[in-house]
Amino acid sequence: MNKVASNPRLDLAVIADLVTPASRVLDVGCGDGALLQLLAQTKNVDGRGIELSQKGVNDCVAKGLSVIQGDADTDLVDYPDDGFDYVILSQTLQATRHPREALRNMLRIGRRAIISFPNFGHWRVRMQLAFRGRMPVTGNLSSSWHDTPNIHLCTIRDFVELIEELGAHIEHGAALNRYGSPIRFNAPWWVWNLMGEQAVFLLERGETKK
Amino acid sequence: MTNFSQPRQDQASSSPLAGKSVTFTADQALLTDGGGRIAPLTLAYETYGELNNARSNAILLCHALTGDQYAAGVHPVTGKPGWWESMVGPGKPFDTDRYFLICSNVVGGCMGSTGPASANAATNKPYGLDFPVVTIRDMVRAQAMLIDHLGVDTLFCVAGGSMGGMQVLQWAASYPQRVFSAMPIATAAKHSAQNIAFHEVGRQAVMADPDWRSGRYLEQGVRPEKGLAVARMSAHITYLSEAALQRKFGRKLQDRSAPTFSFDADFQIENYLRHQGLAFVERFDANSYLFVTRACDYFDLAADYDGVLARAFKATKTRFCVVAFDSDWLYPTSDSRAIVHALNAGGASVSFVEIQSDKGHDAFLLHEPMFIATTRGFLESAATARGLKK
Repeated sequence: MNKVASNPRLDLAVIADLVTPASRVLDVGCGDGALLQLLAQTKNVDGRGIELSQKGVNDCVAKGLSVIQGDADTDLVDYPDDGFDYVILSQTLQATRHPREALRNMLRIGRRAIISFPNFGHWRVRMQLAFRGRMPVTGNLSSSWHDTPNIHLCTIRDFVELIEELGAHIEHGAALNRYGSPIRFNAPWWVWNLMGEQAVFLLERGETKK
Repeated sequence: MTNFSQPRQDQASSSPLAGKSVTFTADQALLTDGGGRIAPLTLAYETYGELNNARSNAILLCHALTGDQYAAGVHPVTGKPGWWESMVGPGKPFDTDRYFLICSNVVGGCMGSTGPASANAATNKPYGLDFPVVTIRDMVRAQAMLIDHLGVDTLFCVAGGSMGGMQVLQWAASYPQRVFSAMPIATAAKHSAQNIAFHEVGRQAVMADPDWRSGRYLEQGVRPEKGLAVARMSAHITYLSEAALQRKFGRKLQDRSAPTFSFDADFQIENYLRHQGLAFVERFDANSYLFVTRACDYFDLAADYDGVLARAFKATKTRFCVVAFDSDWLYPTSDSRAIVHALNAGGASVSFVEIQSDKGHDAFLLHEPMFIATTRGFLESAATARGLKK
């Protein structure tokens, strides 16, 4: 999977905090395995990964991680129900062809899903479009419109709406500033949607839906 | 090393080949899936490197259809490097300075292990078609006897490509507690209709040769060389990708500037295939070819588990690394993905890489840097988990 944020590692510590020790984790788009390794070292998790690039897979395998070459769009469907406690999609949702299907599959494979993504509602993005009339290019979204892998960008608000549609429950949500730290004040959603450069959500499968 | 009562050491005494072998006598007969009984059973094998004191660094390499026990070093018959020269040796992924490597000729083979060219104890004549039809599982059973004989309880790794990969899968399914890690490469959990079809063409070519003599050619002092060569030629095409053939040969002519308007080998590809066929009959027994191809055809691992491949690997603790090559159309990536799917469903620890190469099925035998890097990484991490010293 393409790691598209300029500092994709920034959200890893935040994600790792959300994972219960000794759980089973599937990291979709695991890159070079940094998160899986962090989770193995700090949380003693039984981790698995999916990664598109051959180099990424090789890096992971060399680290002793169990990683399969593939991607979220085509390979999640092959995983059995409830195979994992957590399914993680870090900075990849916006690059999937079918984000809704990817999320549905994640919540089928794991009871919980952790998703991080760049927030297209951030004020910097809005400013560029509103005042310069250009497709935004920011630290988080560094590619030009014609060569970006991000084909399904969304705002925090858009994301929350989709989660509600899917019947999942938001256990935890955080907007992250440009340094990857959670914005630590209570604010209504619209403020987060304006101030967060990235967002991290911990979702739990809704009881009625599988 | 406990299980077997004094297998008879038979250090090359009955074989013209230098090398190691062990013979299991009638009380340790190999009972085959097809209801046959093979006794005595000789297994010819090679080892590379040293077994450590903890007996924890043994790797079993499983050879492909027409391979043999000579994975490294110089092959005593052909004078060429061993079949996995790219991977086996000091400092290579299967590091002979670090691991104890075992490679045995499969039962049914023709490089020293008991096969259709061996003497049938009941008749004192070559078995020929009276040799029991063996399966991949029979091959693995025989290998397990050898491993017992060598005093190895748990293999650090079982690795192999193509038919060797089938043996790896069978090992993982039959003896999960004896396999710490497994590398099935360019292989499938079952033979497809297309795979069977190509094998049948090869077998029919052998049987159509008048010198085959219903499989009794050895007693009559002839060999079905033409038939076997044709079988090899057709099979060899399946080991290569079209792109590789095109790049290497195209429509280039062989030592001539114009076509001869005859059936000579005008094209380089014709000359190449004829050479492959001729070189093959020098080292391979025709009946053996029938038996090993048949073993592949019968391979359908899921069939032993109610048709559900995942059950073959249920609760396995083995670490897997599955490798496919994108230009391999004989055992395509989809076959490997089916294996990965089943392993995932069983919650196994599995890695999977599709290596980009235009060299087709044979890529696993060739120098492919990404494949070598993957293997090295997987083995090193497994070695760390196993507590093997550098």
